[in-house]
Amino acid sequence: MLAIADLKKSFVTPEGGPALIVDVPAFSLTAGEQVAVRGESGSGKTTFLHLIAGILAADAGRIAVDGRDMAELGEAERDRLRAEKIGYIFQTFNLLQGYTVLENVVLGMSFGPGADRAQAKILLERVGLGHRLSHYPRQLSTGQQQRVAVARALANRPRLVLADEPTGNLDRKHARAALALIRETCREAGAALLLVSHDEEVLAQFEGVRDFASLNRSVSP
Amino acid sequence: MTIPLIVYRSLRQHALSTLVTAASLALACGLLLTVWMVKVQTQRAFLDTSTAFDAVLGARGSKLQLVLNAIFHLEASPGNVSAADYEAIKHHPAVKAAIPIAVGDNYFGWRIVGTIPGMFTDIEYTRGKHYAVEAGGRFFDPAKREAVVGALVARRLGLSVGDTFKPYHGLSFNPNAQHPDVYTITGILEPTNTPADRVIWIPLAGVQTMTGHDPQAATEVSAVLIQLRAPSAGMMLDILYNRQGNRLTLAYPVGAIIADLFGKISWLDRVLALIAYLVAVVAAGSVLASIYASMAARRRDIAILRSLGARRRTVFGAILTEAAVIGLLGAVTGVLVYAGLFTVVAGVIRVQTGVVLDVLQWHPVLVICPLAMIALGAAGGIVPAWKAYRISVAENLAPSS
Repeated sequence: MLAIADLKKSFVTPEGGPALIVDVPAFSLTAGEQVAVRGESGSGKTTFLHLIAGILAADAGRIAVDGRDMAELGEAERDRLRAEKIGYIFQTFNLLQGYTVLENVVLGMSFGPGADRAQAKILLERVGLGHRLSHYPRQLSTGQQQRVAVARALANRPRLVLADEPTGNLDRKHARAALALIRETCREAGAALLLVSHDEEVLAQFEGVRDFASLNRSVSP
Repeated sequence: MTIPLIVYRSLRQHALSTLVTAASLALACGLLLTVWMVKVQTQRAFLDTSTAFDAVLGARGSKLQLVLNAIFHLEASPGNVSAADYEAIKHHPAVKAAIPIAVGDNYFGWRIVGTIPGMFTDIEYTRGKHYAVEAGGRFFDPAKREAVVGALVARRLGLSVGDTFKPYHGLSFNPNAQHPDVYTITGILEPTNTPADRVIWIPLAGVQTMTGHDPQAATEVSAVLIQLRAPSAGMMLDILYNRQGNRLTLAYPVGAIIADLFGKISWLDRVLALIAYLVAVVAAGSVLASIYASMAARRRDIAILRSLGARRRTVFGAILTEAAVIGLLGAVTGVLVYAGLFTVVAGVIRVQTGVVLDVLQWHPVLVICPLAMIALGAAGGIVPAWKAYRISVAENLAPSS
């Protein structure tokens, strides 16, 4: 499902020199596999996920999602691949504040296979928000917003779900519930899950936990 | 539904700036349409009105003043034409019809014009249409103190058949200059949408012999409206009166004199059009400014959309469509502004000149101008759309870990 080889990404520092942020020789995920990656803030985890999602272009190396090499795709094709194959759950949810709960999910679908309001409603009911379809994100609790983000990420039946500190803004109780929801829905959809977190309680729930420092050579262990 | 939804939500989120920007476009659209339509319709109306007669004979002076006075009932008469001169032109072999008019009185500011019944029975005020009086009325008897009232005057003054009135001396209303002569209204003219609607018509002799008028001028007329048997005869009469003679002026051809008038005042059209164009440019600039100014607030939304898989061209298209929709709102409202503005202007023109302008009259500019506003709005969106196109997704999806 996901295969990474010799992935490198540098940024220009304020001083003008290059700073290697991501240097991952190898990483892979099989279909339906759920892996958590432990990493501290600022270690380059988000950049790593952005590279996998095609939001950022790698300087070198290979990222293959569902057999398609990101480096060989143009930007528009990467956008399409992201819309159709990848679901991304952001730490801050990144919901569109001017759109209703239902529109947030439907809009996410419209860039992929196509908007399906009925399917979006089913998904939102599945995450317990069937009664909040016309609410705006600001009218929801943090936990509810997280559930909208989960529904949106899964709306296009992605093959790969990326979750960036998905419980970082939730209290213990909601964090546990959100994580269970993400894992369960991924399992049901047969999607691979790559979750990055520095929360040990979250990481403890995964069988396969990888240390980002061991994956990324640019980070001092 | 992607772009329509994005556009709809964005317009709602920025409702105030959307309304202000659309309003400025509406103002530009309304002004442009009004200037254009008033110009086109006024010119056409003046030319149509002047087609009833080929020439006007009057006292030596300005041809334009003669035409405005005799046909459009504007301006003062440049002087009188003697009875002998009237008889001469009337019996000239090149002349098909010669209608004398006499002016010099008013009723509450509405001009009283003396003429002969032939004005109503022999002359088509526009192609195929003769003057007619409303049911229950009749044209005046030239031997009596009777009057036929134009449709606009009758409506404004509330006059009807059987009413009587006493004229006031002069072309401007002076309450202290009332004549003792009493006239009875025998008919109300059906609306003609010409200057005749704002005139009270009485027999020629009525003006000539009005109590208080100079008895020595009792046989003179103010002007003679002429129809020629053949248009080419006008050249001959032009030589006869304007080059060989020095007492009278023949205003010929009437259409060219009116066209010349519009040529002289065309600078006004150009100034008004320039103002409207400037308003349009400013409005397009305001579309650009309002969307561009909101780009800082939109960056995150655009980055989120892109992270969900929206292509750059989708984002570009959404911003451009949003700008075009603002243009559309401006165009639609602009047509309403035009309808209101034009109605007011047309009312003033009707009272001042008798020319009737029709707000519903079709002209291609009624479509071209709104379309141009939409295009202008879209053009104002190009720069913000390009800015949106170039937004970096990763940099605007904060925070990172």
